[in-house]
Amino acid sequence: MESAFSSADLSAIWLTFKLAAVVTVILLLVGTPIAWWLARTRSWWKGPVGAVVALPIVLPPTVIGFYLLVAMGPNGPLGHLTQALGIGLLPFTFAGLVIASVFYSLPFVVQPLQNAFEAIPERALETAATLRASASDTFFSVALPLAKPGLLTASVLGFAHTVGEFGVVLMIGGNIPDKTRVVSVQIYDHVEAMEYAAAHWLSAGMVVFAFVVLLLLYTFNPTGKRK
Amino acid sequence: MIHARFDLSYPGFALHADLQVHAHGVTALFGPSGSGKTTLLRCIAGLERTANGLLQVKGEVWQDGANFLPVHRRPLGYVFQEASLFPHLSVRRNLEYGLKRIPPVQRKVQLEQVVEWLGLNKLIGRDSPAGLSGGERQRVAIARALLTSPRLLLMDEPLSALDAASKHEIMPYLERLHGELDIPVIYVSHALDEVARLADQLVLMEQGRVIASGALNEILGRLDLPTAHLDDAGAVIEASVAAHDEKYHLTRLDFSGGSLWVSKVERAIGSMVRARVLARDVSIATAAPQGSSISNILEARIDRIQDEGPDRVSLRMTVGSGQILLSRITRRSRDQLNLAIGMEVFAQVKSVALIA
Repeated sequence: MESAFSSADLSAIWLTFKLAAVVTVILLLVGTPIAWWLARTRSWWKGPVGAVVALPIVLPPTVIGFYLLVAMGPNGPLGHLTQALGIGLLPFTFAGLVIASVFYSLPFVVQPLQNAFEAIPERALETAATLRASASDTFFSVALPLAKPGLLTASVLGFAHTVGEFGVVLMIGGNIPDKTRVVSVQIYDHVEAMEYAAAHWLSAGMVVFAFVVLLLLYTFNPTGKRK
Repeated sequence: MIHARFDLSYPGFALHADLQVHAHGVTALFGPSGSGKTTLLRCIAGLERTANGLLQVKGEVWQDGANFLPVHRRPLGYVFQEASLFPHLSVRRNLEYGLKRIPPVQRKVQLEQVVEWLGLNKLIGRDSPAGLSGGERQRVAIARALLTSPRLLLMDEPLSALDAASKHEIMPYLERLHGELDIPVIYVSHALDEVARLADQLVLMEQGRVIASGALNEILGRLDLPTAHLDDAGAVIEASVAAHDEKYHLTRLDFSGGSLWVSKVERAIGSMVRARVLARDVSIATAAPQGSSISNILEARIDRIQDEGPDRVSLRMTVGSGQILLSRITRRSRDQLNLAIGMEVFAQVKSVALIA
């Protein structure tokens, strides 16, 4: 056997990992403050914001993709903005894919983080304050370390979920080699072309990847419950 | 002085506290659960924010109208009921948490010193506080608070979550802090024996209000306050170790009103001790008792008599120049002996507990 993967397959695999890595980093930066706010606020806005964040869990990816496509299109608000900034239009670009994936995977990062933050006793934060730590100091020196298991879960789920997306990619990114053709789309192409062997290799690879990642997560991540 | 005035209300609870106490020694906030002790302490720390609060500590304003010094800017130490050690930090890093956050010029105590005081030498090397006993955890928490060199130490029932053995273990450390450290302490407790051991001043709280405050002796000696109705009501006597009787294994304690013999204590002659005489352990005789096995008999003058339920009365007496003694006897005994205010009697002390 020469090689299980064609160069187009390898390119799709590389693109998928690049997309998932960039999206995971952005999600942690964006999702952490949202999760912290949701975990601590007593505001009336907690419900609506939490619901919006959770929408991608229940909506078909095509719906999210459709609206993002409209928003990023030449007549959408995001499209106007990007055009005014001289960036051009985002659909069918890697950047557009990143933005769409951030929306799509947001709940998978925010919810584990929110649970982890909610599990931190108020007393730990109060104790830090009586030991001269300001609010931001307390966040970095007490809250984040105590939320470490949640942080790990959030990163893994965010990454894995982005790797596994299909519908949103198809709506926003299309199927452009090296730019937006990720593994799930590549598998679709193989099946369309009746290349079942190639589809098998990629699909089995995805199964193994997903299993190993989740196995590592469930085996090594301490559950947030500690005494 | 420490002057604190807070008004705060929650559904089902209101705090209207106005408090002025000396800013030295240990001030105990004492009262039944739900009386607002902890809430008052949290207000002083800034953990509860009230709209109209006033807090002055040794002339510095920490809170006044619109001015509110946030918790982390207040030079205080806080020991919670549960030790609240950070589980993700080693014991040493827990101790250093506050220490690292104050400027070096403000550090009045060294880590080694505090570790020594609280007997933490064997614990400081632990990677995590997880394996520590309740008493050990609380000692680490106290040390951690002290290492911020606080100008006021707030303790919220630090012993109440501990079993009897841990309490016993930690008490000497608290007494030592009291003796060696010049930091005013506000100590919340609902256990009278703890208060009698540790406090210099006593603040009584009931239903969110301060109902009395003053020197420990003075407050414990008042029959009009709820402390007088407690089963373990009694007087505290500050005395000096005067003599040891090796043959009978006894020690004589002298105080302003006379002396008391107690089981021998290993203290140097001249050292000060604190003894507690419960009201129920003091009986009254109108003539000097003959042939009694009770060796501690003090001449006293009755200054107050108060009914204590249908069958008992409480007596307040003065011994010598101002030492107060309480006694609880039956109403029948009072009538049979014709006890009245101003009478000179003999107080027979059945038992003296040396508490510090």
